[in-house]
Amino acid sequence: MSHAATEEVHGHPALQHHFENMEQQREAGTLGMWVFLVTEIMFFGGMFLAYTLYRSQFPAAFASASNHLDIKLGAVNTGVLILSSFTMAMSVYFTQVGKLRPQIVCLILTLILGVTFLGIKAVEYHSKYEDHLIPGKLIASSQFGPTVAHEGDQDPHKLHLLPGATVKQVELFYWIYFAMTGMHALHMIIGAGLLTFLIIFSIKGRYGPEYHSPVEVIGLYWHFVDIVWIFLFPLLYLLGRHFEHG
Amino acid sequence: MSEHIVPVRVYVTIFMVLLVGTALTVLAAFHDFHYQFGGLSLNAIIALAIAVTKATFVVLYFMHVRYSIRLVWVIVTSALFWMAIMFALTFADYWTRGWLPVGY
Repeated sequence: MSHAATEEVHGHPALQHHFENMEQQREAGTLGMWVFLVTEIMFFGGMFLAYTLYRSQFPAAFASASNHLDIKLGAVNTGVLILSSFTMAMSVYFTQVGKLRPQIVCLILTLILGVTFLGIKAVEYHSKYEDHLIPGKLIASSQFGPTVAHEGDQDPHKLHLLPGATVKQVELFYWIYFAMTGMHALHMIIGAGLLTFLIIFSIKGRYGPEYHSPVEVIGLYWHFVDIVWIFLFPLLYLLGRHFEHG
Repeated sequence: MSEHIVPVRVYVTIFMVLLVGTALTVLAAFHDFHYQFGGLSLNAIIALAIAVTKATFVVLYFMHVRYSIRLVWVIVTSALFWMAIMFALTFADYWTRGWLPVGY
């Protein structure tokens, strides 16, 4: 390796002294992020396990509670999140090929889509609040106690119980629903914070073909959060829909 | 740079696949497939199969694992492996609890 080439590889201001070159640093960063994501997978895995366990024990109650969720908002949110994953991936691409402006635009779009997701989620949470479906006595003004619909009652704000389901079991579903979507939303909020950080430094021109580990690594995190939702949407909103009786 | 840059058309294709998958999973949810395998309905299996497919595409292409070093593959696989252990051992308990009479 000639002296000039060595200077070029070693001279990047973002290269930490304990790495040989930028490529080694980038691979180490990606690897570290994946190790972190494994701990995240195990963390969410515990909640998916709880969900699977109680769904298998109380299938009728879980289907009844699931049918009360707003499938349109859930599906739109899935689309919003998938689109945000796409814009995030595109931002990584534009960083790799060194196009600064599209890189910033894609990051901003990703942030906007992430906030849109959280907004739609808030609308959903509010309707659960109004229907008294927030489990336990966490909120004094809306303790758990949905109005159970009688046979033939079409009111969407009332809880339609399938045969064999009890209100107590429905409450269990909503504990799991709020725990899982709440943890997911918290991850989205953290992700939005990280994106804000990326946008600020991206505008300063920090990231390009030579150095883009932060964009890549936060992208990995963002896609992971997307994957969690890819599982949450069918499990929470869709399973049991075919039992729907008006 | 030896880094693989995923072309834009791949990202667009994956994005389309994910949208189609979402539409399919919603459509499939309203159809009763009737079959039941133990505690698992065919509806649940179809929903999970679509979700796993979508997640696989995200991991391989959006997250670049397909083009990543072997060590990343090992780490991703280890996550799935330990998840499998957690589910298998837990359900080995819960699903078999009714097999023995209570009070032995």
